[in-house]
Amino acid sequence: MFADYSTAELGAIFAMQGFAGLILFSVFVLMALGLAIIFGQMGVINMAHGEFMILGAYVTYIVSNIFSAYMPGLFGAYFFVAMFLAFIASGALGLLVEWAMIRHLYKRPLDTLLATWGLSLILQQIYRSVFGAREVGVSIPDWMMGSLPLTDLIEIPINGIFVMVLAVSISLAVYIMMFRSTWGRQVRAINQNRVMAGAVGINTEWTDRLTFGIGCGVAGVAGSAFTMIGSTGPTAGQLYIVDTFLVVVFGGAASLLGTIASAFSISQAQSIMEFFLSGSMAKVITLLVVVGILMIRPQGLFALKLRK
Amino acid sequence: MSDKGKTNVSQGMSRRAMLAGGAALTGTLFMPKGLKAADYPTSAVNTTGLAVTDDTVTCGILHSITGTMAISETGSVQAEKLAIEQINAQGGILGRKIEYVQEDGASDWPTFAEKAKKLLVNDKVASVMGCWTSASRKAVLPVFEQYNGFLYYPTFYEGLEESPNVIYTGQEATQQIIAGLDWVNKEKGAKTFYLLGSDYIWPRTSNKIARKHIENFMDGCKVVGEEYYPLGHTQFNSVINKIRLKKPDVIYAIVVGGSNVAFYKQLTAAGIDPAAEKPLVLTISVTEDEIRGIGGENIAGSYACMKYFQSLQNENNLEFVKAFKEMWGEDIVIGDVTQAAYLGPWLWKAAVEKAGSFDVDKVRAAQVGIELPSAPEGYVKVHENHHLWSKTRVGKAQADGQYEVVFETADLVEPDPFPEGYQ
Repeated sequence: MFADYSTAELGAIFAMQGFAGLILFSVFVLMALGLAIIFGQMGVINMAHGEFMILGAYVTYIVSNIFSAYMPGLFGAYFFVAMFLAFIASGALGLLVEWAMIRHLYKRPLDTLLATWGLSLILQQIYRSVFGAREVGVSIPDWMMGSLPLTDLIEIPINGIFVMVLAVSISLAVYIMMFRSTWGRQVRAINQNRVMAGAVGINTEWTDRLTFGIGCGVAGVAGSAFTMIGSTGPTAGQLYIVDTFLVVVFGGAASLLGTIASAFSISQAQSIMEFFLSGSMAKVITLLVVVGILMIRPQGLFALKLRK
Repeated sequence: MSDKGKTNVSQGMSRRAMLAGGAALTGTLFMPKGLKAADYPTSAVNTTGLAVTDDTVTCGILHSITGTMAISETGSVQAEKLAIEQINAQGGILGRKIEYVQEDGASDWPTFAEKAKKLLVNDKVASVMGCWTSASRKAVLPVFEQYNGFLYYPTFYEGLEESPNVIYTGQEATQQIIAGLDWVNKEKGAKTFYLLGSDYIWPRTSNKIARKHIENFMDGCKVVGEEYYPLGHTQFNSVINKIRLKKPDVIYAIVVGGSNVAFYKQLTAAGIDPAAEKPLVLTISVTEDEIRGIGGENIAGSYACMKYFQSLQNENNLEFVKAFKEMWGEDIVIGDVTQAAYLGPWLWKAAVEKAGSFDVDKVRAAQVGIELPSAPEGYVKVHENHHLWSKTRVGKAQADGQYEVVFETADLVEPDPFPEGYQ
């Protein structure tokens, strides 16, 4: 397996693959955080998660066009504006969807699966009607493309670093909101015992709506970031949904730490196997291992103790 | 390939045919409004109960307007509608205006079969322009064979098929692959190849042909890696690392759909600039359509092997591009498959007029040998295996999303859907 490579090359392999794994990890974390909030804390199976991400991507596309048309001098910085607006747009749509649809289904969690799947089809068709069936090209500022050459063999993609920094910042922000803010305390209280939380004066309806909105907003930011590495089209959200659920379920639905741990283990395993096997086989083996572990531990890697 | 004895239309003959075709084209341009329906009574041109009246004939359009494949199939629908409109402006087929029934395959293969049956059984269409993926074609094939329909299929595909009920207006695999590989070998001195593809039948069959050709027919060349990723895969960092270590002269990429966008963006981000040609990137899956999603700046400098590029400078194409933009908007781009879809209605018209009948059996017999000198890609001719003789071209991607044609085969390349020695 290693016979074909020299020692220097082997070193480079491990360095670059390690880094490729870290990028994949960051991508998984970004994809899964929004869903972990919605699925983990509220129990809503949001099949339209990918479409909320793509809304963020389309917002980025619009913002990039506006900047290149009216403020070409500031084009290098448009991405930050785009991510912020993506959060607002996806979050606002999330609030609307929660109010119009999800709140009527809290007592029937399995029905949220069907309803949000229908929502994803509707959103896809809306994107198709508005932006056209074809993928749109989002131009990325020059400073975000390209790579940092460390040695002859090792080169680090700049957008990879950007995704990693973003993943860490958003995880921190979510952590602070979840464990250091009033809203976070209320969310956790509702998660543990909805009736009691209501009885002590927490506005459960509003907290639910806000939680769903924030989860969708985070998805929007992820979608905005993914314009750097993936495609932006009406159905591109579908590419992410399986991996996203895999990460959240494997980590233990109610645990944010579990989500991060599972993103890390799946991404590293997949990235290492992709190097030594073919791409499709790596995916097959990753899925088999995940299914195997979930059969032994259906609650996922990390599970909270709940009073049911 | 020509020195390997794979048959080509000889230069002399094709030039003669060109001249004849040119004359025919001027002929049709000056002929007032084509043929008269009165000379072809409906009872004579339609003996099998097709949807043909004294002044109209109905054909079907069957593509995905919704779902994942809508991205790709939209262009084909636009091209087919343009061709139908132009034929009608010239007086239609045998003096009859073409009307079309459009059905949506919805990117779902059983739906394609169902809609095909509806078009043939309920609408009695005289022909169908349709399908894009091989999966959808395979799904409708039994329907077309059972009800004796006639399908014009526009996509370049893996070959290994020859149905009496289908005319393949795109290239089969050898037409698209071999000339391009020979070109990078001769012009760029490429010796080592890394084959990469999405994991389904077309990339796998194409890479199989590419590998056989590299190993058996190209001296001193070898394949240093071959790899497939699931459809929709968006993370290519691992394979890019592998490519960096293997240092191939050529990355031969047959990645499709959303994966395509991810692959080229990550390739550029990882410091492999296609324009530096170290390694050189050669693809058969990126047309002008796909570049819109990838972004010209991410793919500039890569090479694609196709039979048609929007930038072709012949008169047919200049007129075609102008008409296409007039109908569908100035911003539109035209890819290889879109042009192949445009040929469908014209080939059908030519065959019907040669046969003097809309009956599928007579059209089929007349179709073989039909020449189309007015094709935007240049002169094409229908082979008896129902594929087209056409040229293969190599284009270099530009930052503005167009290709600059850097090579074209001197002669038409013979279609060979069951290539010997490549199985």
